[in-house]
Parts: sequence; structure tokens; C-alpha cells
Amino acid sequence: MTLTPTADTPNATQPAPRPLATILAAQRPPRPTAWAACRVFAWRALLKIRHVPEQLSDVIAVPIIFTLLFTYLFGGALAGSTHRYLQTLLPGTLVMAVLLATMYTGINLNTDHAAGVYDRFRTLPIWRPAPIIGALLGDTARYLLASALVVGLGLALGFRPHGGAVGVGIGVALVVAFALALSWVFCWLGLVLRTPNAVTNLAFLVLFPLTMASNTFVDPHTLPGWLRAVVDANPVSHLVAATRDAMAGTASGTQVGAVLLTALATIAVFAPLTMHAYNRKS
Amino acid sequence: MNPPSDLAIHATGLTKHFGGTHAVDNLELAIPKGCVYGFLGPNGAGKTTTVRMLATLLRPDAGTASVLGLDTVRQAESVRERIALTGQFAALDQDLTGAENLTVAARLLGYRPRAARIRAAELLSGFGLDDAAPRQVKTYSGGMRRRLDIAASLVATPEVLFLDEPTTGLDPASRNQVWATIRALANAGTTVLLTTQYLAEADELASRVAVIDHGHLIAEGSPGELRAAGGTGRLRLRLADAERRPDAAELLHRLLGGSGSGSGSGSVEAAGSDPADVTVAVADAARATEAIAELSRGGIALTGFSLDQPSLEEVFLALTTTAAPAAAAS
Repeated sequence: MTLTPTADTPNATQPAPRPLATILAAQRPPRPTAWAACRVFAWRALLKIRHVPEQLSDVIAVPIIFTLLFTYLFGGALAGSTHRYLQTLLPGTLVMAVLLATMYTGINLNTDHAAGVYDRFRTLPIWRPAPIIGALLGDTARYLLASALVVGLGLALGFRPHGGAVGVGIGVALVVAFALALSWVFCWLGLVLRTPNAVTNLAFLVLFPLTMASNTFVDPHTLPGWLRAVVDANPVSHLVAATRDAMAGTASGTQVGAVLLTALATIAVFAPLTMHAYNRKS
Repeated sequence: MNPPSDLAIHATGLTKHFGGTHAVDNLELAIPKGCVYGFLGPNGAGKTTTVRMLATLLRPDAGTASVLGLDTVRQAESVRERIALTGQFAALDQDLTGAENLTVAARLLGYRPRAARIRAAELLSGFGLDDAAPRQVKTYSGGMRRRLDIAASLVATPEVLFLDEPTTGLDPASRNQVWATIRALANAGTTVLLTTQYLAEADELASRVAVIDHGHLIAEGSPGELRAAGGTGRLRLRLADAERRPDAAELLHRLLGGSGSGSGSGSVEAAGSDPADVTVAVADAARATEAIAELSRGGIALTGFSLDQPSLEEVFLALTTTAAPAAAAS
């Protein structure tokens, strides 16, 4: 056994530091533009999808299940044949599938915040909304994927839109634009609610009435007066109608404009609320 | 009123409440540029809250803080261009690989895609993480995560670096590497504000230390000054013959106790699990060496000895107990 004097020899047992010159940056590049920062966050969202493709399972499964289920469950009863029903239903299931995917924006934001990831982003000299707008850009990829699945499956089942590729393109663009606006609502909820579970629960409470109490599945003329008033006031009904008409090649500029205006109004309210919550989050 | 330009961090009356608790209360700080400054205190003392306010993450309820002369609230954006923060919990994306995490950080600082990848590779190699670079962070050990997290703060060398408990929970090898990194940064001119629960860590790295408790600054000075304020260290002896324990205890008490040797000096702790070990409080290292010599002259053979510095708890207790009467008197 040896003597072990330890007092006043603090450096005696330290190994020689590794060559650390490499960790020092030569110089700092100029800070990124707002758009460049948004693109980095979008790229980050896509990287996450690449590493965890399972997170797309809902985005993939829900549209397929909905389209098949509603077409064959209701088609005969509501429109006399599944083929005829599909022509009006498909744009509706497209809306439903994509809008349901918007809640993940809020859930992911909440999860990232709980993990402290945003602490680093918030100490970087970047445009403040960049993390959120970048995440929304990444979400656009999900919405487009869900749209492609619904439209592809619809075409395979016999959906024949008269508006052609352009009409379908306009319809999908309307749905994605509306979904991006709705995503801001979930961004805000993702920041003000405490847990991802709370976001999920509230999202279903909001999304189910919003998508079901609409003209997606049935003709509003068959509804009792009070419910019809609700359905007519529901912005999702207007979105579904505009998407249907766009795909049929009969949409008017007013219809399209009204949907875009609703989307802009939603963003005008919820983007500032979201940024306020983001800046205040501790 | 502008703060002096040679200060990296200047806080006056800094205060933050959470509900009814004063997380940080009327804190005054003046940290010169280029030093490693230790922020010492137990859990819940207000260290993290202070760091978060200085790093522009939290808005103070009262008082002001400036970093490099820039106000942390009004000029937050300019402050962010010159600081970096490594928080207590790794701010990493678990799903991404180590290389991707650093590349994202580099691109957010303005590096072009190619330059960002090169910078990321440089840092990974500097922190000994080359092999782990293509693996998802969720597969990393705690030490690897911490190193990657610190690396992410150093993508662009900050002028002021905040490190919140950078070595808590690390194994000794990782801890030494973090320490070496902090020294290298300080040599390169970065001001480092480091929070820690360990006096030994502050001792290793910091030229000045603030002790904080319940949101109050209770002492400030060099680590040596703090240790002196903490009073006693401990002399640990290992006897060749456990039977001689009573003789050794009697001798040590006589040699180290008595007037002018500090409170508690000379008191021998009761026998622990191993009766051959003797631990005695000692105020003065010189008298400890005398005591060791005296033991061998008295025929009490030792197989080992060490002199421990006072722990944070001891310094802390000493500071809080001396501060209390003063506060009561005022």
C-alpha cells in the first residue's frame, strides 16, 4: 500500500489535454437569412422522418382506411353505388385525412420543447419564427404524402375528376394551404399545453366535430335545420366544397378566395399567439 | 448608465419569481472578460434561473443584466450572436445522428451546407466522437451526449459560454475532457460561466466563484478565499494497527485542537466501517503534517494518509451560519 497525499496537487492526476485547437472556430460566418434558417428547420424535420419513418404510419394508414371504409360503408346507402359516392366523397376524405395530420405539428413541438431542444435554438441569433415555420414546411411533406395516397387510392377505386390533373392539383393545394393554417392552431396549443397527451386529446376534440359536422359525408339538405346551420358555418364545409368543385373543374374564384382568406385569417390570429407563447416559454 | 466595458457579464438587482418563490433575488454580478467564473450552489439555489436570464431565455422580473455591454432584454438578438449555452439537460435531437445535430447547429449559425458538414466533422473528431458520428443520439452514453452538447455550443466559438452543471453525472474520463475543453476555451479568450455543485470543480477551473443559495449571493471570491471561509478540511489516516486507534485519536485531538485552530479542529470522527481509518477535522495544513510526524514518533505506524479540502456542504454551512447572525444584526 502506498501513501496517498492528495492535498495541493490538483493537476497531478490530470491527463494532458487532447489537441483542442480544432474545436475553436476560425471565424464566425454571417448569420443566416430568415429563409435560410427556415430551410434548415425544414431539413431537420425531413431528417427526423427519414430516421423515424414509423411516425408516418398515421399519415399513411388513416387516409387509406378512411377512403376504403367510407366508400364501401356508406356508398350504397347514400348514393346508390360506391362508384357514384366516391366522386363526391373522395375530396372530403382528402380534407379529413390531411386535417387530422395537422395535430402532429403541435405534438412534435410540445415533445421538442419538453426535451429542451428549443433552448439551443432560442439562444441562436436566428429569425425567431424560423423553428416553427421550418417545422411547418417539413409538415407540408406529410400533407402532400397523405394527399398523394388518397388521390392515388381514389383513382384506383374509380374516382374520375373532370377537372383533370390541374383541377386535382388546385384541390390538393387548397387542402394543404388550409392545413398549414390549421397547423398554427396546434403550434399554439403545443406551446401552451403541458404534455403531448393533452395536445392529442384536445386535437381530437377540435378536429372530429370540425371534420364530421361538415358536408364531407352527406348532403347538408338532409340535416335538421340547426345542424345545417352549423355545417354551413363550418369552414371545413367550404373547404370541402371548394376542393370538390376544383377537382370537378367547376370551382369559382370566389370559392377559392374564401378558403384562402379563411386560412390567412387563421394564421393572422394564431401565428402571433404562437410567437408570443414561444417567446414567453421558459 | 453603461456598465464598464471590461465586464463580460454585469447584473444589477436581477430578480425572478416563480409564483411565490424568489428563484433569484436581487442578484449583483460583475464578471470580468476572459475568466472562468464558477457559480456554486446546491440544487434549487437559482443557478439555472440566473443562467437562463443571462442567456436571454428568461426575462427578469426586476433588475437588469448585460452581456458584453449588451442588455439581455433590449439587445437580446445581439447578445445571442456572441454567447452559447449548454444547459443542464442535453439540447439534442435524439432521433438525429451526432453529425446531423452538429450540422444543423452549424447551418443555423450561417455555415453553407458543405462548410457545415466539415465543421461538424472537425468538432466530432475534437471531442472524440468520430466513431459515434453516424449513430442516432439516443444510442449515446451520458458522457457522449454531454460532449456532443458542448460541441454544439462551440460550432462558432462564443465570446461568452454558459455551462450549466457540465459535469454532473459524468464519469471521470468524460469529466476530465470537459475540464480540458473549458481550459482551452478560457486560454483562447472565451469567458466561461460555469455552474456546479462541486467546490472541487470550481477549484479546478474557476478564478472566481460566487456562492448562491435561495436566489441570494452569499459569498464571492477566489476558490482559496472560499475554502478559507469554510474553515476546516479533513485529515484522513490509515493505521497499520487498528488497535492503536484510541492512542491516535487522543494524540490528534491534543495536537490539532486547542485555541486558535478554528472551530471543530481536532475533533476525531467516530470509527466508521473500518476501524483502521481515522478522520480528523483540521484547520491548518501545516499542523496536519506536524501531527503525522508526531504520530510516527509516538510509534503509531500509518499505511496511508490524505488531506481533503472542505466539501461544498462544509463551506456552505460555514457561510450560511456566519451570514445568519450578520443578517439578524442589520
